[in-house]
Amino acid sequence: MIDLLSYGAFFLTMALTYAVICLGLNLQWGQTGLFNVGVAGFVAVGAYVSSILTTPAIDGRLGGFDLPIVIGWLGGGLGAGILCFLLGALTLRLRADYLAIATFGAAVVIQLTLLNLEGITGGPFGIGFIPRPFGGLAENPSLFAIANLGVLILLVLVSYFALQRLTRSPWGRVLRALREDEEAAKALGKDPVTYRLQAFAIGGFIMGLGGAAQAHFIGFIAPDNYMPTLTFQVWTMLIVGGSGNMRGAILGAVLVWAIWALSGSLVASVFPPDQQARAASLQIVLIGVALCLVLLLRPYGILGEAGTVRAPLRRALRRDLNSHSEGQKTDV
Amino acid sequence: MTQTMEGPQGPIETDPAKTEAILSARSLTRSFQGFKAVDDLSLDLHQGEILGLIGPNGAGKTTMFNMLAGSLLPSSGSILLDGKDISREGAEKRLRRGLGRTFQIPRPFPEMTVLENVLCGAQGQSGERAISAFFRPGKSRQDEARALEKARHLTDFLMLSHLENEKARVLSGGQRKLLELARILMADPKVILLDEPAAGVNPTLLQEIMARIVTLNEQGVSILLIEHNMDMVARLCSRVMVMALGQKLAEGAPNAVIRDPEVVRAYLGDAA
Repeated sequence: MIDLLSYGAFFLTMALTYAVICLGLNLQWGQTGLFNVGVAGFVAVGAYVSSILTTPAIDGRLGGFDLPIVIGWLGGGLGAGILCFLLGALTLRLRADYLAIATFGAAVVIQLTLLNLEGITGGPFGIGFIPRPFGGLAENPSLFAIANLGVLILLVLVSYFALQRLTRSPWGRVLRALREDEEAAKALGKDPVTYRLQAFAIGGFIMGLGGAAQAHFIGFIAPDNYMPTLTFQVWTMLIVGGSGNMRGAILGAVLVWAIWALSGSLVASVFPPDQQARAASLQIVLIGVALCLVLLLRPYGILGEAGTVRAPLRRALRRDLNSHSEGQKTDV
Repeated sequence: MTQTMEGPQGPIETDPAKTEAILSARSLTRSFQGFKAVDDLSLDLHQGEILGLIGPNGAGKTTMFNMLAGSLLPSSGSILLDGKDISREGAEKRLRRGLGRTFQIPRPFPEMTVLENVLCGAQGQSGERAISAFFRPGKSRQDEARALEKARHLTDFLMLSHLENEKARVLSGGQRKLLELARILMADPKVILLDEPAAGVNPTLLQEIMARIVTLNEQGVSILLIEHNMDMVARLCSRVMVMALGQKLAEGAPNAVIRDPEVVRAYLGDAA
């Protein structure tokens, strides 16, 4: 029973780290229409920056600043955010598809850099002994798992409400206007590059934050964790849940991670050990099938795009509805 | 850059101090792969006037418009707003300087409500800056409330208030024209470029739109109007410029210009 509970907490914690990453992608793609296919790279930057900031110093590797975890996470977010800002500043003026090429390229470059910059990133061996939140509770596994789950729930909630505040503000409205018709938005005085750059950088910050949280939860990172498969997973999560909808992003992350984790155990139990490495590809096939099913049955994802009218605005509208509905006559 | 004032053709432009042009185009040219859609055209829109820009299809009116509005950069020539050269500025900067435009084919944000569409026209809202939206929600709410009041006033003015909460995609062609106008008025422009506001609009609504244009003009907004409806042009405009094949064909009072044999010939398809 206790085992099941800890496994459940472990599973949910992991899913929620993806939910944070997915929220970042939702701001970029769902709200702004920026086609970022380099998610893995930005997640990696968040994870590595935070790990380097918080791990103790080790011989033969630069860094290891032994800083508090909170600072590591913020640093990870900032690192990914700044990288997005720089990449966006170079490419967002160009046609939309260039961003896809540039982000994909960036992710590959980042992965190769992590692999080869041994003096800082540990090269192929990665970084280990990343401090975990509530590491002191490690003797009591279930308490430790639940405490970690609590941290991740808090992180998801903070990201959710922060992003909600932004997307429901007039700033978010401009993003949607730009997504729907850039030429018309320009004619209304909105500068597309500025807004896209901001959304891209903020989305990158959230992704980096998610990557950092994930690294501290697993405790060990290596360049292999940040292959294009990760980008594919996060995109599937967003599409399955419903892009443009933050609750959809969270739901999608949990569902797709469930498929991933369950199919992983299935592969482990059904196939003989010498076939397991090959059978693991079935996991990706399953995710692909899930994606196709959702696209066929619910093209806008399970939750679709939420009405994003400001809640206070909606209340005000309801209040005024009666007094307004009669007075349609215009006087000029 | 070229400050060549046009010759005696224009009836009122020799004394710039007296009849200040709020928007002027100087020798504007735009070619598309060798074809000159607009060819060395100059134009002055005076403070407080409604100037009509007419001409047969393919005369280059919309190209001229797009250059004035900033959606298309001129191949040569310059554009001055209030005496300031804005030739190289984009549409978004020009709007912030007070030069707004509507589109010939309306471009509403289809998945946003009518009210949200109109709110998008608001300028200088603190909530439109990410940092203020996040850290100063009080200030942005205050700005938003003010914008909302103004937006409601405009939807009322343009007979859209019963549709406030409808998605813009459900609007009819005529209502979309009204929405275009409401959105741009939200920005308080000094000059509005209206691209065929009457096209595809039923006669009753047309009267209403014309009345609104007159009201705006009385409030001091200068208007450049592209329109095929000659009746509307004759009733609204104090001055008309006729374009054909990218050049100026005639200019003057609407009734005189419409009777000009050159103009008649251009419209009947014998411009070459």
